[in-house]
Amino acid sequence: MLPLYITGLGNISPQKTWDNSHFLDEVTSVETNYLRCQDLNYKEYIAGDMVRRMSRIIKMGVAAGKICLADAECTMPDAIITGTGLGCIEDTEKFLTNMIRDNEEFLTPTSFIQSTHNTVNAQIALLLKCHNYNFTYVHRGFSFESALLDSFIRINSGESGTILVGGMDEMTPNTFAILQRLGHYKRKRVNNLGLLKDHSRGAIAGEGAAFFLLSANPGAKNYAKIEALDTFYKPDKDKIPAHISAFLERSGRKIDEIDMVLIGMSGDPANDKVYDDVRTHLFREKPQAWFKHLCGEYQTASSFGLWLAAMILKNGQVPETVRLEGVTPGKLRNILIYNHYRNLDHSLMLVSSV
Amino acid sequence: MPQRVYITGIGIISSIGNDAGAAFTSLVEEKSGIAGITLLDTSLKDKFPLAEVKMTTEELLEAVGHSGKKNLTRTALLGMIAAREAIGSAGFDDINEYRTGLISATTVGGMDRSENFYKEFLVDPKKGHLIDIVNHDCGDSTERIADFLGIKCFMTTISTACSSSANSIMFGAQLIKAGFLDRVIAGGTDSVTKFTLNGFNTLMILDKNSCRPFDENRAGLTLGEGAAYVVLESEEVIKAQNKKVLAELTGYGNANDAYHQTASSPEGNGAFLAMQNALQLSGLMPEEIDYINVHGTGTQNNDLSEGIALQKIFGEKMPSFSSTKSYTGHTLGAAGAVEAVISVMSINHGILFPNLRFETPMKELSIAPFTKVMRGLEVRNILSNSFGFGGNNSTLIISKTN
Repeated sequence: MLPLYITGLGNISPQKTWDNSHFLDEVTSVETNYLRCQDLNYKEYIAGDMVRRMSRIIKMGVAAGKICLADAECTMPDAIITGTGLGCIEDTEKFLTNMIRDNEEFLTPTSFIQSTHNTVNAQIALLLKCHNYNFTYVHRGFSFESALLDSFIRINSGESGTILVGGMDEMTPNTFAILQRLGHYKRKRVNNLGLLKDHSRGAIAGEGAAFFLLSANPGAKNYAKIEALDTFYKPDKDKIPAHISAFLERSGRKIDEIDMVLIGMSGDPANDKVYDDVRTHLFREKPQAWFKHLCGEYQTASSFGLWLAAMILKNGQVPETVRLEGVTPGKLRNILIYNHYRNLDHSLMLVSSV
Repeated sequence: MPQRVYITGIGIISSIGNDAGAAFTSLVEEKSGIAGITLLDTSLKDKFPLAEVKMTTEELLEAVGHSGKKNLTRTALLGMIAAREAIGSAGFDDINEYRTGLISATTVGGMDRSENFYKEFLVDPKKGHLIDIVNHDCGDSTERIADFLGIKCFMTTISTACSSSANSIMFGAQLIKAGFLDRVIAGGTDSVTKFTLNGFNTLMILDKNSCRPFDENRAGLTLGEGAAYVVLESEEVIKAQNKKVLAELTGYGNANDAYHQTASSPEGNGAFLAMQNALQLSGLMPEEIDYINVHGTGTQNNDLSEGIALQKIFGEKMPSFSSTKSYTGHTLGAAGAVEAVISVMSINHGILFPNLRFETPMKELSIAPFTKVMRGLEVRNILSNSFGFGGNNSTLIISKTN
C-alpha cells in the first residue's frame, strides 16, 4: 500500500490546536467531566450570514476543513471524506424536541435539513464548489477510520491525488446527560490532566473536528505519513497483542521499529483495562503516550490522536503532558496509535515521519 | 488488473413484500406498497400515505428469533431480515470462510426508539428508558446486523442521505477491487419515523396522495421504509467456488452537486457527473444502457433536475426508464440498495417494472417513463441513480453476465 502523506492539518478541539504554528504550548486544565471545544471566531472562516444558521459541529467541521486546506495550500481536493459517530446531534435534538413538545406542529425545516449526517461534507463541497467524490461514514469508533480506509483505497487506485479527510463529533448537554446515565461518562468532575488518578466509572466526554489533507505524494509541507490502518471488532482480550503483531508484520514493520505507542485511554477504568496487556507486555520497552485527557472521549477521538502523532513527528518532540510513565522517548520515526471505542471498535494506525 | 465484482445474492424487505419473492410478485402485478398509515403513531396519520413494511416491530422481532426482547430498533430488525435473506440467496456455507465485510447505510438509525425516549426525557432528564436510546446511533444497527450474521472481519456504516446505500455498494466494490475483502454484504436500512415524516413535511415535499414521479402534476414524494442488501463477491472467490452469479457490478460514480444543502441544481450537474463517472468506469456507451432506474422521488425539484441530466447524458437515445419509488415509496438510506435489488431482478427475469400512476409528461422534458410491465426482454445493462441532500449523488451500473 502507498502511504498517505499528511500535508495539511486543521484541528478544532478543547485545546488551542487550530494554529499549526503552536504545539500544545498551553494546555487546558479544568475540573470537569465534559471537555468542550474552544470557541473560535468562526466569522473569520465562514461568511456571517451562513455562520448564524450553523450548529456547532457544522461550524467546527467547516472551519477545521478550511484551516486544513489553507495549511496545505490546496484549493480543490479530489475527494472530501469524513467520519462522525453521532453527526449533527444538536440539530437532531432540536428538531426532535420541537416535534415532541409541539405535537408535530409548527415545525420549521432548518434543524431537520442540518440534522443529516453528511451536512458538514456538503457545506464544505458547497463552499469550494467541489463536485468530487464525497462520502460520510457514521460507524461509532470506526467512523474516522473508515474515512481513512476509503482514502487509502482511492490513493492506491490512483483515483484521487489529494483528499480532505476529517473526523468530528459534537457533545451536547442532552447527549452528555444520556451517555452519563448509561455510564459512559463520569458522574463527578475531575481534573482532566489528572484523569488517570480517578477510578470512578466512565470517561470524560469530549468533542472535536480534526481534518487532514492527505496526498499521494509529499507536499510543500509534510507532517507525517500514514503507512497502514486496521480496524477490528469486539476482539477477545487475550488475542489483541497477537492481532497487533500480525498487523505490524503485514505492514512490513518490526516491533523494534516502533518508537512510541499512542494509546486511546479515556479514563474509564473498565475500558482502559483492555489496553493493559498491550502496555505491559507487547510494548513494555516502548515510550507510551495518550491524548484523551486533552480532547475527551468521543466516537472520532482517534482523529485527535492522529493529529497528535503527526505533530509529534513533525516537531520531533513529545509534549510532557501526553507522556505516560515509563521509557523516555528518544528517536521518533514510527508511532503506532491504538484506540478503541467502548471495547467494541478497535483501530490501529501506523504513522511515520517523512 | 483490479478484480471484477459480482452480485451473488439479494435480500429485500419493503412495503411491497417481506422478501425478494414477494417483492417480485408485487412488481410484476403492478401492486404498489403505498397506502394509508397503519403502523406509525403520528398526528400526520390522515394527512399523508406511507409505504410501510406490513409487519409490526413485535412481528419483526419474532422473525429474527428475538420475541419479547426490547434491545433492537426497527431499523436494525429490517436490516437483519434483508441481510439474512441476501446471504441465504448467495448460498454461504460459512460466513467467515472468506474475508467478509458488512457495509450498511442508514439515515435515521434508532430514531424510532429515540422518539419514545425523548418524550419522557424532555419532561425529566432522569426519565426515559435507557434501552430506548442506547441504539440511537447509525453504527448500532450495523453492529446488530453483523452480530446476527456472525460477521467480525470488517464493518462500517454510511450516511449520505438518500444516496447512502448506493454508496455502500460502491464502497463494497472498491474494497473488493483493492483486494481488501473477498465478499461484502452491502446495502442499507431505514424505518419510517415521525422525525423523517415531519422533517419532509416541513420542506413541503410530501405528496398527499401516492407519489407520481416524473409526472407534470407530481406533488412530492411518499416516504417508505425497508432494507435491502446485495452480496458482492470477487471474481477470484467466485472462480474458486465455481459459483453462480446473478449480475455484475460494472460501474459506479459518485459526485457532489455542490449547489444547495437540499435542492438539486437546475442543470443537474451532480447527477450528470455521477452518471458520467459510472459510465466511464464501466466502459459502456450510453446507448448500451437498456434501462434506467431513476432516483425519481416525485418532487418538483428532483425530477426536473434529474430529467435534464438524463437528457444531457442520453440525448436522443433515451433508454426505457421508471421510478420504482412509485411502488416502494422513498426508503431513504435503503433506496439505492432497494433499487439495486430490483435491477438484479430485471436482469435475471428480463422484465422491466413501470412507473406507476404516471399520466402527463413534464412540459420541460422530452422524455417520459413507461407505465406497464415489459416482459421478455434482454436486459444487459441497468443504470440506477440515487441522489441525496447535501448534493450527494451516486450512480450504479449493474450488468448481465454471460
